[in-house]
Amino acid sequence: MLLRSLRVPKSEFEAGTGWTLKPEGACQGDVCIPLSKPAGDPIDVKQVAHDIGMPLVEAPEHGLWALGPASIGSRALASAQAPELRLPDLNGKEFKLSSLRGQKVLLFAWAPY
Amino acid sequence: MWQALRNELHPKGFELVAVGLDTLGGAGCRAFIEAAKPEHPSLIDQHHVLADLFGVINIPSSVWIDERGMIVRPAEAAPAPPQPTQTAPRINMPSEVPQRFVEMMTEAVKIKSDAPAYHAALRDWVNKGAASRFALSSDEVVKRSRPRDNAKALGHAHFALATQLEMDGHHDAAVHHFREAHRLVPDSWTFRRQAWSLEKIGDGPLARFWQGPQPDAPDAWPYEGDWLGDVRKVGAENYSEPWRP
Repeated sequence: MLLRSLRVPKSEFEAGTGWTLKPEGACQGDVCIPLSKPAGDPIDVKQVAHDIGMPLVEAPEHGLWALGPASIGSRALASAQAPELRLPDLNGKEFKLSSLRGQKVLLFAWAPY
Repeated sequence: MWQALRNELHPKGFELVAVGLDTLGGAGCRAFIEAAKPEHPSLIDQHHVLADLFGVINIPSSVWIDERGMIVRPAEAAPAPPQPTQTAPRINMPSEVPQRFVEMMTEAVKIKSDAPAYHAALRDWVNKGAASRFALSSDEVVKRSRPRDNAKALGHAHFALATQLEMDGHHDAAVHHFREAHRLVPDSWTFRRQAWSLEKIGDGPLARFWQGPQPDAPDAWPYEGDWLGDVRKVGAENYSEPWRP
């Protein structure tokens, strides 16, 4: 997840990482990781990232930071619950994967190169 | 390519979501999407969040998600259905195809995929749902998702940073972080192919497909690997992991 600040709104962090911040901790499906202190809103990215085990790479000269994903259980997926996916279409209109609940979905990744 | 199969299965409560992984965004994907005229959602992923969120490491690949939002098959190689009509934009090949492309095409045709088995499995799942033997248990889904350790997670962060630096016009800084991503996540083809495709060779229709050193300036190539060299190293027949029911 890309960041232009180390304090971001909770909703932005949740959308960018797939982790939901709840009173019991950071959760994905039925997997929850306790946080060292309540996340609040906006959240302190360094603290939450440290607690979940997400690496942070900095390019302060460009005003940019990037958070890597968690690696809970040494797998890409911590849970089989699909994370929310929000991406734009060609016209810049945002689409939410969760809008297709009730249908079977095949997410197909391709590239023009 | 997927439109016909999607239309066949759509009345049974199925939807296809196509995601183009390209840092160049619409500029890179538009011609392909417009040629395919999709009736299903067709999205653009400039930072490859599909890699972070679902463990996508190669293209084409797929993730199956059921009606309740549970993943029933994690990211895996997904052969495209047979093309009923011409849906890819025409690439006007130069009258003389460079030797590199002849060699690349020779390797590309050796890439294996079991399209009939994969599409039969998809139809079975759409028809039978959870009773389909191709719908995996949640434990199996997590177990089959890509291995990831701290080093790989760090590589993903470098990759995300590289994509934004590229979009902001800081190409040299982007190359540094792409290289880190390649070193830390050696099993990701998409992380490599994306970076290689941004080193355009010339400005013709093949510029983004060259994906390797220019013959007259090999030292200017900023990456350790390149498409032809890396595919030959693993063997084209091993490029996609075999599909496992």
